[in-house]
Amino acid sequence: MAGGCLVLFTTALALVFFYAPTDANQGLSQRIFYFHVPLAFTAYACFGWGAWKALRHLWKRDPEADLESYVAIHQGVIFGALTLATGSIWAKISWGVWWSWGEDQLVLFLVLFLFYCAYFMLRYSVEPGPQRANMCAVYALFGVVLIPVSFLAIRLSKSFIHPVVFTSHGYQMTNSQFLTFCVCLVAMLSLFVTLYSIELAGKRLDASLRELRELLA
Amino acid sequence: MAGTGAGIMSPSEKYTAAAYLVVFVAVLAYVVIIASKLQRLQREVARLVELAKERQHG
Repeated sequence: MAGGCLVLFTTALALVFFYAPTDANQGLSQRIFYFHVPLAFTAYACFGWGAWKALRHLWKRDPEADLESYVAIHQGVIFGALTLATGSIWAKISWGVWWSWGEDQLVLFLVLFLFYCAYFMLRYSVEPGPQRANMCAVYALFGVVLIPVSFLAIRLSKSFIHPVVFTSHGYQMTNSQFLTFCVCLVAMLSLFVTLYSIELAGKRLDASLRELRELLA
Repeated sequence: MAGTGAGIMSPSEKYTAAAYLVVFVAVLAYVVIIASKLQRLQREVARLVELAKERQHG
């Protein structure tokens, strides 16, 4: 999995810098798009996966679902932070400011990000057990409602400073740009899957060791 | 001597490089943190194996 992720990222970087054409308006800085948007989509995917696992915990009482939901949301917060960081850098070069409070898309993504940051405050303020798992699952499910709102905000926004690339008429870019974007998106999603698997394996090992320690004590 | 490296980069190139560097550093930091956690777990496993062996012989 990690090997596949590495190959995808290498391919993505090669396409970004040697295949995708340079944007006529923004020049080289437009290439930030190829990581910034996949980071945002991957963050949405992470929160969505976390919400799905939360639903499985509440509905099917899947014993592993609580931990899987936690790890997915943790990954989502990391990808969300990277989205905000790369977005700010792109905003600085494109609009001359690091942030614009007048942009609904930016503010709603920040709200989504802070909502899921608060998930950890909730989780670690309660003792481990069924009550904590249930509360966290409900919280994760509430947060997923913000995802479509955040995604659609750019279409509802009146100012339209933030670029609209994907519209109801299709993608507003050349085929080579779209191919590069797709490869970058797949690479970013594979990075999420890889990091999610590694972190989950580590947490399960930690739990097993704790159990073993208690047995040997 | 003519300027080299960052000295001749345009602001657009600098910001683009900064954005990619942020992603790279973040992923690298995450991998380092995971690796250190894994090392701690490996030490814990070794300690528990020793404890189990002592129990077996003791």
